[in-house]
Amino acid sequence: MKLSTNFVKDYVDIDVEVKKLAEDMTGVGNEYDSAEKLINATKLIVGEVIECEMHPDSDHLHICKVNIGSEILNIVCGAPNVRKGLKVIVAQVGAELPGDFKIKKGMIRGQESNGMLCSMQELGLESKFLTEADKNGIHELPSNAQVGEDPIKQLELDDEVIDFELTANRGDLLSILGMAYEIGAIYDKKVKPMEVSYSENKENINDTFKLNIATDNCSIFLSKKVKNVTIKESPAFIKNRLMASGIRPINNVVDISNYVMLETGQPLHFYDADSLKGMLEVRMANEAEELTTLDGIKRNLSKDDIVISDGTRAIGLAGVMGGLDTEIEDTTKNIIIESAIFDAIKVRCTSKKILRSEASSRFEKGLDPNRTYLAIERACHMLEKYADAEIVGGMAKYDTTSKEDKKIDITFKKITDILGLNIPKESILDAFRRLGFTYEVKQDMITVSVPTRRIDISIPEDLIEEVGRIYGVDNIEGTLPVMPLKPGSYDKTTRQIRNKMIDLGLNETLSYILVNDKEAKQFMKDDKIGTLKLLDPLTEERNTLRASILPSLYKIYEYNIARNVKDVSIFEIGKSFYQKDEVYGEERKLSALLSGEYNLAMTSKKVDFYVIKGIVEEILDYLGYVGRYSFMPLKEIPQELHPGQSAEINLNGEMIGLIGKIHPKKTQNDVFVFEINLDKLLSKKTGKMKYKEISKYPVVKKDLSMVVGKEITNEELQKQIKKAAGSLLVGSKVFDLYTGSNIETGKKSMSYSLEFNADDRTLTDEEINQLLEKIIANLEKTLGAELRK
Amino acid sequence: MKEQIEKMKELAKEEIVKAEDLQSLDMVRVKYLGKKGELTALLRGMGALSPEERPVVGELVNKVRDELEDLMNTKTEELEEKKLQQKLEEETIDITLPSSKVRRGSKHPVNRIIEELEDLFVSMGYDVVDGPELETDEYCFERLNLPKGHPARDMQDTFYITTEYLLRTQTSSVQARTMMANKEKTPIRVICPGKTYRRDDDATHSHQFGQIEGLVIDEGISLAHLKGTLEVFVRHMLGKDSKLRFRPSYFPFTEPSYEVDVSCFKCGGKGCNLCKQTGWIEILGSGMVHPNVLKMNGYDPEKYSGFAFGTGLDRLAMFKYGITDIRLLYANDVRFLSQFDRKDNEQERRI
Repeated sequence: MKLSTNFVKDYVDIDVEVKKLAEDMTGVGNEYDSAEKLINATKLIVGEVIECEMHPDSDHLHICKVNIGSEILNIVCGAPNVRKGLKVIVAQVGAELPGDFKIKKGMIRGQESNGMLCSMQELGLESKFLTEADKNGIHELPSNAQVGEDPIKQLELDDEVIDFELTANRGDLLSILGMAYEIGAIYDKKVKPMEVSYSENKENINDTFKLNIATDNCSIFLSKKVKNVTIKESPAFIKNRLMASGIRPINNVVDISNYVMLETGQPLHFYDADSLKGMLEVRMANEAEELTTLDGIKRNLSKDDIVISDGTRAIGLAGVMGGLDTEIEDTTKNIIIESAIFDAIKVRCTSKKILRSEASSRFEKGLDPNRTYLAIERACHMLEKYADAEIVGGMAKYDTTSKEDKKIDITFKKITDILGLNIPKESILDAFRRLGFTYEVKQDMITVSVPTRRIDISIPEDLIEEVGRIYGVDNIEGTLPVMPLKPGSYDKTTRQIRNKMIDLGLNETLSYILVNDKEAKQFMKDDKIGTLKLLDPLTEERNTLRASILPSLYKIYEYNIARNVKDVSIFEIGKSFYQKDEVYGEERKLSALLSGEYNLAMTSKKVDFYVIKGIVEEILDYLGYVGRYSFMPLKEIPQELHPGQSAEINLNGEMIGLIGKIHPKKTQNDVFVFEINLDKLLSKKTGKMKYKEISKYPVVKKDLSMVVGKEITNEELQKQIKKAAGSLLVGSKVFDLYTGSNIETGKKSMSYSLEFNADDRTLTDEEINQLLEKIIANLEKTLGAELRK
Repeated sequence: MKEQIEKMKELAKEEIVKAEDLQSLDMVRVKYLGKKGELTALLRGMGALSPEERPVVGELVNKVRDELEDLMNTKTEELEEKKLQQKLEEETIDITLPSSKVRRGSKHPVNRIIEELEDLFVSMGYDVVDGPELETDEYCFERLNLPKGHPARDMQDTFYITTEYLLRTQTSSVQARTMMANKEKTPIRVICPGKTYRRDDDATHSHQFGQIEGLVIDEGISLAHLKGTLEVFVRHMLGKDSKLRFRPSYFPFTEPSYEVDVSCFKCGGKGCNLCKQTGWIEILGSGMVHPNVLKMNGYDPEKYSGFAFGTGLDRLAMFKYGITDIRLLYANDVRFLSQFDRKDNEQERRI
């Protein structure tokens, strides 16, 4: 909301510097974006062109002699409309114009120039406000302009404008009157009454005009008729105040409807009475009904839109914009005025779908029915005064609203309890008085009468806020609430996982969950799970919720590689999202990506499958799942993973994640990833960490080399070794994997270092040898292994 | 005989002094004091002496031997010290050569802020709670006094998945979840840090950003308690001299509502480019829980009151670490991430 300070001074007497006013308004909860002069330029003066010659070295420049009263200036001007006898706005040497433009003494193609003749655009007037003449040249002042005077004052553009960013609840401040009440409350000033008087002719509108309100979405509808208007240019003050408020002046009649809307907050609509058929109807639009709005665009309506109809067809989109067919034209003589209130939510939905307008932004926040009356009276007053209108007697009226003040009971105690501030009773009552609320006090109870203009106030807490706003809460002494002592709680495990990953040398990332729809399907093998697309994405690059964190991590990898950072070891704990049938859900995952050199403590190693596998094992061991997980070939391999270097991570028979190398089709670099579903993993209970007695008897080490088929995995061998050896085997490690001479093709040699120990005795050679024979026999039998000779 | 002994003593002394290393000193020892040494030989030859001479010479020999042994011991120490010095000199290294680096990973700055805030509030008895990021309209808006069609919904442009499911625009959704989940409707003291999303993307806004929400519900909770709590929070995060300013504002789920400004921690309130010359930086939204919100989520507003606050985590991280562009937080350049691998400075806390 752009507030013209000249405009608001019609209704409240203030003499405050514009910045101070803006700051004081901020102090009561109304923030502003800017507070400055409408025309932000210095050293401007009215001048008269007394000589105007063509520049000898240019086909469009003129050399002018300009009389500014105190002296005659030589100014070179390029505008096509500059001519002898013209009164102009002169920016003198030293003037500062908007856009940090400083006027200096200069030479233009060899001719001295001591200032500039200004166009309105150069003075910072928005281009939408420029007349055709103003668009093409310097501004032409009227011939009676006083040379040597301030042109801005003469043009009545000496206004100051505060651009407020209002909160959504304060619809009442979308009006000059509302602003006047707010400012009045701050400075303790009374708001002046609005001039609404006019005379009526002997006719009565109800004799020739009918209203038919056929929907609950209109609570009040008032119409007046005026005749024989003269359509012309508005007086300067109306035009200037509209421009200061951001509205383009059109003609006196249209401008008056906007002017009154600005004053009262009540949008009005003027119909050309002769284009109507003696009635106005409010109803819901028919499905697929069409309407061409004032801006010339054909709109397709639905049954959720409220329309105004002339009894045969829609002629206006209620609360949003009028129709083209019934608009005020230069030839319009007679007018039907509409002042009405439509359902805020319906207007909001329609305007969101079709178009936002000054009117809709007011309707959707709710309006005061008392202003509906005030506005239509004011419009008649203005039309009579500035458009020579003859006001027809009577008013067509449909009204279901209550215009009574709201009565709200509150106690002094409740106010001071909630604010935690001991405000004197007189100060509380004074705040209400300044806001223009009346009240009755009975002991501790205050009954406050809230005027209908404050539609935002409906419960006692709203009154507490008002007291806080006007009295101020700066002197509240902060204290901590007294509550029972108890330990707070937080998700420790996530933090432990994070810290462990950091200990393992990985950098933690924070990535966007939105990816594009192709990426969203990556690293997924279950095509029954659908991805979640946004209805209204900002960009196609981020239109879908990720189903895995890995696409996000891969993007980060690419970002780093593009910047020549080749050693990337990253992880993230975050959410991924899914849709299964009609169920939407999210899962917490731990994902990692490694490539290049992996640094851990003092060694570094080129990342391969076993490096990232080691990280997975370490995190699972750390979380207490030692010995319960395994890596198994993936049944269905996502196409982003290398089929020979990927696996599912399996815990107690359930897949909890996957691990693997990124497919060479996707990148030629060696990039490895894993992802673990933390929700699934952490739902598996773990045992307590418990001390185990250290055996007093020596550990016996034996090496064992077996030749097996290439397809036999280490895990299978280990499993069979363990099965045969039983509890006396306390450790088994691969220390060599060999293929080549002496080994048949299709086979490999695997060497294990085995450790045996018993808690209660020293193992004898005989026992150990028996165990070894048993292990070998089992491997021969189950895996077709042979002892390597 | 005596003369012979004295002469030998002088010779031996001379050789001890001359010895340059432990080996040559040992040779001197063997030469004179060894089993076949010259002094030992003299002792053995004492049998040829008269009984009167024997004790006198014997005493002399012993005395000379003690004297030589003392000398040799001293010399040994001296030579050992010299040898050690030599060894140390040989072992001297260039201490400016690079170390074998011990490498660790790093924690994302936003998560560092979250952990710091969690620790602070947990220490005051708050529980840290979590809620879904893929939220329903009901919890994100309706249960927070923002029915469909409410104009305040424009404050938060929303990513919808369906008409009912959306990406939460605020961690406030967890307020409703926490109140609903508390079946006994007992007092509440929680914070909820997490990710939030809005249809908004420019140099200062990211469509994804971090927020932290705080909610306290109990009997007799007032605005003064909110202020006291936020003072602890702000002074911990932004400096112990921080001052707060409450500016009336509007949020549908609180009444009264306040935006909270903190005195500029860069210039101390004098005015600088960070605070746009105002001396204040807007950092929090807050207020007293709206009675409708209490009611809708099963709390009796006649009995209970509460406060809620929320703030952006990304901005706190930017302030704390001097990060000037929000996009750095989400680009995840390894050269950026790696910088966050040390402990934070502990600020002196004043509660």
